[in-house]
Amino acid sequence: MELILGHYNYWLVIVIMMTGFYTVISHGNLIKKIVGLNIFQVSVFLLYISIGNVKDGAAPILEENISVYSNPLPHVLILTAIVVGVATTALGLALVVRIKEAYGTIEEDEIHNQDRSL
Amino acid sequence: MIETIVDLTHLTFLTITALAIARMRNLFAVVMLFSVFSLISAGLFVVMDAADVAFTEAAVGAGISTVLMLATLALTYSQKEKKDEHRSGHKPWLPLIVVFITGVMLIYGTSDIPDFGDPDAPAQTHVAPYYLENSLSDTGVPNVVTAVLASYRSFDTLGEVTVIFTAAIAVLLLIGGRRKTTTKNNDGDRHET
Amino acid sequence: MKHNLILTIVAKFLIPLIFLFALYVQFHGDFGPGGGFQAGVIFSAGLILYALVFGVETAKKIIPPFVLRLLASLGVLIYAGTGIAGLMLGGKYLEFNVLASTRVAGQHLGIVVVELGVGMTVMSAMLLIFFAFAERGQPQ
Repeated sequence: MELILGHYNYWLVIVIMMTGFYTVISHGNLIKKIVGLNIFQVSVFLLYISIGNVKDGAAPILEENISVYSNPLPHVLILTAIVVGVATTALGLALVVRIKEAYGTIEEDEIHNQDRSL
Repeated sequence: MIETIVDLTHLTFLTITALAIARMRNLFAVVMLFSVFSLISAGLFVVMDAADVAFTEAAVGAGISTVLMLATLALTYSQKEKKDEHRSGHKPWLPLIVVFITGVMLIYGTSDIPDFGDPDAPAQTHVAPYYLENSLSDTGVPNVVTAVLASYRSFDTLGEVTVIFTAAIAVLLLIGGRRKTTTKNNDGDRHET
Repeated sequence: MKHNLILTIVAKFLIPLIFLFALYVQFHGDFGPGGGFQAGVIFSAGLILYALVFGVETAKKIIPPFVLRLLASLGVLIYAGTGIAGLMLGGKYLEFNVLASTRVAGQHLGIVVVELGVGMTVMSAMLLIFFAFAERGQPQ
C-alpha cells in the first residue's frame, strides 16, 4: 500500500509515456506521429518534475516566512527542454509540409510505395 | 490528502486524453485533444509547485504548438477532403508487445526511486540546498529558477537561445517562400513553372 | 454584419492586455514566476491572435519580416555581447560580477539584460515560424 501511495505518480506517467510511444511507432500518418512524440515529451517532463517535488513545499521563489521549497533544478532543466521541444516540433511540421509537396501524401505506406516504384 | 486527490484527478484526465488521441482517426480532433492535453499538464505542473514550468508549458503547448499543427493541417489537406488518417492494413501486434514490455520494465525500474515528495531524497539534499541558500546573497534575485537559469547556468541558456534561433532559420529555409506551382513530367522529373 | 464581428471586438479588447501582460512577465521575472521565454511566447501569441483575426497581410504591416529577422539576431547578439562585455571588463566570459560597481548590482544588471535578449529572440522566432507557415499556402 505504501509502495502504491508513494509511486502512483510515476506509474501513471509511464502509462502516458507508453501511449505516446505506441502512437509514434504504430500509426502511419506523419502528423499523428508528431503529436505522439509531443505526448512522450510532456510525460518525460512530468517524470522529472515529480522527482523534484517536495511534500508541503512551496514554489522556489524565496520569501520571508517559508522554509521548505521544492527543488528548483529540475524546473530549470525542463524549461530548456520545453523550448527545445517546440523548436523540434516546428521543424518536424515544416518537413511534413515539404513531404506533402514532394509526394502528394503524408501516409507512410503510400510514401514507401512511391519510393519503391521509382 | 486533498493534494493527492487533485493530483490523481489531473493524472486520470491526462491518461484518458492520451488514450483518446491514440485511438481517434480524425486529425482535427487529435490536434484539439492535444491542446487540451497540454493545458491539463500545465495544471498538473502548478499542483507540483512548478510555476515557471507551468507558464511555459501552457503558453508553448496550448498556444504555439497547436497553431502550428493547425497550419500544417490546412497546408496538407485541401478544404473538401476528410481529414482522417487512413486505416492501415496490418494489425498492430508487434508494436503492442514492444510497448507492453517496455512499460513493464520501466515500472519495475521505478520501484527503487524514493517516494513521491520525500524531502530526504538524494535529489533534494546534494546540490539544491546550496542554490536555495546562496542565490539571494549572490545575485539579489528572489526567483531561484531565474537566478539559476540566467546566472549560475548561463551557458546552457545561451545554447538554448541559439537552438531557437537555428530552428527559425531552418524553418525559413524549408518553407520560407510562397508555394511554387510544380508539375511532373511523364518520365518522372519535375519542372517548375 | 460581418460574420466574425464577435471575434473582432473581443480581439480589439484583449490584444493590448496580452501585450501588457507579456511586458509584466518579462520585467518581473526576477520577483515572481516568469522570465524571458514566457514573455516572448506570450507576446508572439498576442500578435498571432491579431494575424488570425485581421489577416496576415495586416499583421505584416505592423511588423515587417525584415524587422523580425533583425530582432532575432539582435537578441542572440545581446546575449553573447554581455559575455564579451564581461571579458573586456576583466572577468571571464559571461561573468556578471564585473559589470557594475558591486557584485550584486552587476549580477542583477546582467540577468536583466540577458533575459531581454532571450525574450526578443523567442518572440521573433515564433513569429517568423508562424508567418512562414501562414504564407506557404498562397500561390505565387
